[in-house]
Amino acid sequence: MSDATTPEAPPKTTLTVTIDGRPTEATPGELLIAHAEKMGTYIPRFCWHPRMREVGMCRVCLVEIDGPRGPALQPACMLTVSEGMQVITDSPTVKKAQDGVLEFLLVNHPLDCPVCDKGGECPLQDQTLAFGPGESRFVEEKRHFEKPIAISDLVLLDRERCILCDRCTRFSKEVAGDPLIHFMSRGNSTEVNTFPDDPFASYFSGNVVQICPVGALTASPYRFTARPWDIDQVESTCTSCAVGCRVVLQSSGDSVTRTQGVDSDAVNWGWLCDKGRFDFENIGSVDRLTKPLVRKSAGDAAQEATWFEALERAASVLRNTPPEQIGVIGGARLTNEDAYAWAKLLKGMLRIDNVDAQLGDGLSPQFIVGTPQATINDVAAASAVVLLSPDVKEALPVLFLRLRDAAQNKRIPMVELTPKGTGLSRYVRQSLVYRSGEAGVAARALVAAIAGSGADRQIAGIEADTINAAATTINAALASGKGNGNVVLVVGRTSLAESAHSIEDAAHVLLGAPFGKSKSVLHAVRRSNVRGAIDMGLAPGMLPGRVSLAQGLDWFRAEWGNVPMMPGRDTASMLRGAAAGELTALVLLGADPLSDFPDRAVAESAFAAVANIVAVDIFDTPSTARASVVLPASGYAEKSGTVTNLEGRVSVATAKVSAPGVSRPDWMVAAELAFRLGHDLGFESVEEITAEIARVAPAYLTMNTILAAGNGALVPVAGAIELANEAFAAAAAGADTPEGVDAADPAETAETTDTTEVDGAADHAVSAVSAVSALPPLPPLVQASAPSSPAQVPQPDSYSLRLVVSHVLYDEGTLVAHSPSLAKLAPGDGLHLHPGEIERHGLTAGGQVKVVSQRSSVTLTVVEDASVARGSAFVPFAQAGASAATLLDLDELTASGIVKVRLETVAE
Amino acid sequence: MPTSLKMITSRWDDPQGHTLARYRETGGYEAIRKAMAQEPEAVVEEVKAANLLGRGGAGFPCGTKWGFLPKDVFPRYLVVNGDESEPGTFKDRLLVELDPHQLIEGVLIASWAIRAKQAFIYVRGEMAFAHERLAAALNEAYAAGLVGRNIMGSDWSLDIVFHFGAGAYIVGEETALIESLEGNRGMPRLKPPFFPASKGLYMQPTVVNNVETLANLPWIINNSAASFAAVGDPKACGTRLFALSGHVNTPGVYEVDFGTTTFRELFESPEYGNGIRLGRSVKAFVPGGASAPWFFEEHLDMALHPGPVGAAGSMLGSGAIIVMDDQTDMVRAAWRLVKFFAKESCGKCSPCREGTNWLEKIYRRILDGHGRPEDIDLLMDVADNISPGLTWPPKQTTICPLGPSAASPLASSVRRFRHEYEAYIRKVA
Repeated sequence: MSDATTPEAPPKTTLTVTIDGRPTEATPGELLIAHAEKMGTYIPRFCWHPRMREVGMCRVCLVEIDGPRGPALQPACMLTVSEGMQVITDSPTVKKAQDGVLEFLLVNHPLDCPVCDKGGECPLQDQTLAFGPGESRFVEEKRHFEKPIAISDLVLLDRERCILCDRCTRFSKEVAGDPLIHFMSRGNSTEVNTFPDDPFASYFSGNVVQICPVGALTASPYRFTARPWDIDQVESTCTSCAVGCRVVLQSSGDSVTRTQGVDSDAVNWGWLCDKGRFDFENIGSVDRLTKPLVRKSAGDAAQEATWFEALERAASVLRNTPPEQIGVIGGARLTNEDAYAWAKLLKGMLRIDNVDAQLGDGLSPQFIVGTPQATINDVAAASAVVLLSPDVKEALPVLFLRLRDAAQNKRIPMVELTPKGTGLSRYVRQSLVYRSGEAGVAARALVAAIAGSGADRQIAGIEADTINAAATTINAALASGKGNGNVVLVVGRTSLAESAHSIEDAAHVLLGAPFGKSKSVLHAVRRSNVRGAIDMGLAPGMLPGRVSLAQGLDWFRAEWGNVPMMPGRDTASMLRGAAAGELTALVLLGADPLSDFPDRAVAESAFAAVANIVAVDIFDTPSTARASVVLPASGYAEKSGTVTNLEGRVSVATAKVSAPGVSRPDWMVAAELAFRLGHDLGFESVEEITAEIARVAPAYLTMNTILAAGNGALVPVAGAIELANEAFAAAAAGADTPEGVDAADPAETAETTDTTEVDGAADHAVSAVSAVSALPPLPPLVQASAPSSPAQVPQPDSYSLRLVVSHVLYDEGTLVAHSPSLAKLAPGDGLHLHPGEIERHGLTAGGQVKVVSQRSSVTLTVVEDASVARGSAFVPFAQAGASAATLLDLDELTASGIVKVRLETVAE
Repeated sequence: MPTSLKMITSRWDDPQGHTLARYRETGGYEAIRKAMAQEPEAVVEEVKAANLLGRGGAGFPCGTKWGFLPKDVFPRYLVVNGDESEPGTFKDRLLVELDPHQLIEGVLIASWAIRAKQAFIYVRGEMAFAHERLAAALNEAYAAGLVGRNIMGSDWSLDIVFHFGAGAYIVGEETALIESLEGNRGMPRLKPPFFPASKGLYMQPTVVNNVETLANLPWIINNSAASFAAVGDPKACGTRLFALSGHVNTPGVYEVDFGTTTFRELFESPEYGNGIRLGRSVKAFVPGGASAPWFFEEHLDMALHPGPVGAAGSMLGSGAIIVMDDQTDMVRAAWRLVKFFAKESCGKCSPCREGTNWLEKIYRRILDGHGRPEDIDLLMDVADNISPGLTWPPKQTTICPLGPSAASPLASSVRRFRHEYEAYIRKVA
């Protein structure tokens, strides 16, 4: 306490609660059941769940509270702690009450534990053992229901086992916002069920299986596949999208049998989406690549090869092609270590900068790494939130849950700018649905209205009233004093048929506007570890640690020996270059441009023209089928490493099962290729790469020291860069002394130099940098600047519709396609139109229509969808038939920022 | 036995008593005029002075209940509990059917007193005739400017929303009634923290009053609290309706002086029950609704007064008195009540949902001739797990008092008539 102010009694922040005669310190507002557990007294519970509203229904948490009128039984889950509270959890009265409730819960429970999936990990079983009576006195016939019934494509319900704790029903209503399961009937006939013909079709249905305290809810992908005592588990990070949910991977007999959510306070709160929960099915898929493949020439059947042959073949491609003629696409599937190894090989050894982890479906890497970064938790602390992103419910489902919670439960005012209604539209205060391509116009109108000059006419297709109401929302939120005064922008590529330029322009308009104390961006990037891949330098013009090629030149040359001469091409440019003969070799790092690049024609012409394709992948894809060499990689759950989520949080992904066949981790493939090309990447294990990243990549300095903490390492680690720079300054000042740090701050070095073991991140920074003080100064992190010109505004016309294309959760993507339980859920191709638009064109929902773009035409089924604005047409990306990628014209998108389509009737 | 004053049943014999015209001819809507001439606080004080005990079951003083509303928190609501559905309870139905304007005027007075601008009348779903009468009366009152905007030319407005239930007894419990009004399943809320006075309808301060309680208000305002308090016992003022059923010669709803009339007078007086049927004697009787512990012949001379009745271990509750004569099968009688509660358990909390049904199954087994000697103690112990100690007033492991309600008649019946249970079980052996 260096503060010299008068010692004033601080406001009391703790309460004294006596539990079984033992005084404990509690935080005001805490629930008794949670507090007691923290203090080591476990009170049994079924209905209470720390992430949901308490209901006090199961009654098993009854404890005695000693008050003025003597001890009274009260449910511990409904009581907040209060000063002087006297709690008795072990009296005969409490024991009898808990015994009694457990006996009641077992009265109608079938006790079919030997054939129940939950047996062995069942709270009812465990708590009956710990707190319940020895045997049941119930001799009558139990309640009967048809069992089990499918309440959705993934979840089955056994109503006989159900103890009616209201967890699943509360989850569906309060957390997911899909109130599709509910209590029905009354009293002894009460059951959980769906409404007739209205299944529990929620993206989050798997969570109810995880939180069910008995075996009533089971998920078809896990049902009857393992017993809990056969299961072995590790904690890991889900890489199905870029949210980075913490999970446990459970395996039995060297195959992954189940994924469960882990409560990470910063990220997923224990929830998972069904894609992340169930796409483990692809891990053990029989379709996996298990051996290297080579093709003598294009079009030949692939021959199985040894690693030696295949690596030689790949190395010769890289050896014999000039660096500027090589393009490397992909990297989102890689761990940070894989990505760093490839970046070091490609950029540091081979001087190739035609490297892009994004497939023309994101924003520029400078924008992603160079705008002020917000975390998911920052959203809940903000005063207002503005969304300019794809539908997070489809793209980043668990982020949707967190945003929904912020909007619905924490009442954070939100405004959304979008070309199409989203899953969040019903939770935001105003949804500003703009004409695709006019995000910048909409943002400027909103900013003007916030500044006081409200809209007086429809702008970018948005009514003036809506714009002005949104401005009022934001101004009122900032004036209310609620939240920290900051504004968080959630920014991502709203639609593949709207240019990144348009989005970045709009985002910079919002960032630069004078409202809110400060503004930061939560980057809604979508594909698994794409954030980590970009951070590791798998993007044109970028080097590891969020440093630009220009500014990191000296630093990385000193570390790696070499760097590319000039910024390279992004994926679109690489594919166009390949088609034009400027690129002659492509390396695909888990990328499938033929399926995933927004313009299929461009990808096709590139693949047709390029001479050599080297693919590293886990599955055979349309793109690997064209490769001359295919190297099998180990995938998620088969390799360890770190990944970085969309908010820049680094956490550990852990290997649980063996990789199939002879497949290898990607970093090993890079190391092997380096060796064959006469280089040495300088590491032999994942741990060594992690350590090198933490030493070399500026934004990642010292992150390895705090990785083990529950929430991972948010990079840049607070203070790490500043400490490193101080150390550099000191080194420069006293270049003669080997312990340069001494000269800078003698007071601090007492701890740092004398200790061989470093535990704090800051200490580590100093010692790490002092060891490399011969290096040039640390390069600064990239700062994004606004586009030099605003995005051009396409002219509206009345004869065409603006195309909106975005991913939906279930698509033809590799992971979903190879997870049988999920593959069937893909909605399929279709042209989604506003009902008014269907009427205007004289169409009928369910009928066929010919959709014509400048690129091509396809015939699609008309789907009525009120979330699509009039004047727009929505086509989901990567569905069977791939109509979106067929229609999408990259040339038109580049030239005008949008893609237009016309509708033509087809002859019946 | 003197005839009691007719405070709230004065229009019951009049075939036109339910119409606005007749209500006005007989002094109707004068009380609200009088109330509106006073500050709301004065009306609250008047009702407090009248010591009007709630007629719904708990018997809490009405004026005091109003006083629990937190100051300056608006909007606040008045909710009228007309979901009368306990076996043997049928007084509120007649009040709504025969004198709906009296209830509406009571609602107006209460709303004025608590400064509410919206009131809700919740009437049990099965009472079709009551719905008809109340809806007609409300329409008349709205048309006459007695309800709605700027009541009687003043700047006070009150909307009365008429809502009817969907057939669940539990909705008579005030928090379940509020849930039902909000459009949710009729399941009780936990008290604490959801006391209606602070967190009631739509989480706003709410007063929930019984139909009969409110029906007393016009009389009190018209005739003064003092004259109300002068009727009956000083601690149980006014008159009270009792729904008398069971083995009496003339069952019905009777308005009697509160706190002074005895059970024996009610059962035997010619103007009330007119004696036990077929000249038999009383074996037991339910003194105040199906959830009340039973009374027996030794309680017959007790006054209908919450004080002594409570001291003797039961309650007057909702004023439903069911008489059982000396030929009654006490095992079947208890089973019938337990069965009711098992059927009406809402299913929210486990002791009630599972416990009451288990009890009902044990009863049925005993009655079907499959009882075991240990079943009698089992009945008591299962009941004890719903209502620890089987004491009065009851303790509960449940959210609301419905579960313990099933335990009360069971405990009364087993404790007094254990031999009848043993006889059933012996018959088998």
